[in-house]
Amino acid sequence: MEQAETVLHPHAILSELRKNDVTHVVWLPDSETNFMYEQLMADPTLELVPVSREGETMAIAAGLWVGGKKPVALIQNTGIFESGDSIRGLGLDVDQPLVMLIGYRGWDRHGIVRDSAAKFTEHIIHAWGINYYLVETDDDADRISLAMNEAQRDSKPVAVLVGTEFGA
Amino acid sequence: MIDNLDACRVIERNRNDAIVVTTMGAGNPRFGWPIVSRDETMDVPVGGAMGKASSFALGLALAQPGRNVLILDGDGSLVMNLGTLTTISERAPANLYHFVFDNGCYAVTGGQPIPADGKVSFKEMASGAGYSATYEFDNLEDLASGIGEILQKQGPVLVNLKITPEIENTPIGQRPRPTRNTYAAVQELRQALSE
Repeated sequence: MEQAETVLHPHAILSELRKNDVTHVVWLPDSETNFMYEQLMADPTLELVPVSREGETMAIAAGLWVGGKKPVALIQNTGIFESGDSIRGLGLDVDQPLVMLIGYRGWDRHGIVRDSAAKFTEHIIHAWGINYYLVETDDDADRISLAMNEAQRDSKPVAVLVGTEFGA
Repeated sequence: MIDNLDACRVIERNRNDAIVVTTMGAGNPRFGWPIVSRDETMDVPVGGAMGKASSFALGLALAQPGRNVLILDGDGSLVMNLGTLTTISERAPANLYHFVFDNGCYAVTGGQPIPADGKVSFKEMASGAGYSATYEFDNLEDLASGIGEILQKQGPVLVNLKITPEIENTPIGQRPRPTRNTYAAVQELRQALSE
């Protein structure tokens, strides 16, 4: 019997971003998504906007969106905690259709979640009333398209939790 | 020191077709940008975002490289989001002009001094972060004579303005309300830029 794919590769994410005509990735690297860097830099269809602190990402993305572009944010869950007022003021309050790809630090499907970063992540996202999807393998990557469609349809931020570190 | 409204007037006379993002005192409806602006559709007031107006302006500048974007920032706002200096410098949009209304205090909360007031130099910080050019003015005449040339420079440019504080001590509920909120401005500008 064929084994199901259980690894998440950067190309699976990038393929989804290209499919959805994403123009900019506003990001701060983390251990879940850092392996995307080289492929992001090499992709001529995507512009990378590195930030100094995660709270900048939603505001920069808002400016890009108002200016006619289609950005996504790519940060870690720890950065989501830091970004609260930007998500409120320049995401939810202005109806920005932003997909936030969030490295889910501490998440473990198979064991006890001990990292407080993981313990609080979904509670915080629920508190904002933001819907979210979980991506753990290449087979899940098409959930990014679901999130992109939902964000555009409802003019609201939608989250995608990246629940594993990337494979090479 | 430069009067807040006078600084806005000088900038407005030189804006041409620029998008103008304002926050805090610079965007105050009683003594700031809304009084002088002649192109409201191209204005975006970004209040209450903990210093992120400059980040929003960066996104706009990257999305609209053929049009100047002016950010009228506050010194209290900038210290809340100091990383914006390196983030802006990294992408270095040639069309971004970062004006800091430096009155040394949180004027909207009663005039408490910002951290390191009297010691910090935003001009030097922006220069050290890698902005293309940086300036500082403490009188209106020099600003008025220099701004035309400054807006011809390749960005990102930071212009620190030493502004006379306009302290607000009246309860928030009794202060004049902005005629446009961020939501309305964002929707209108997005529509205008897509036409």
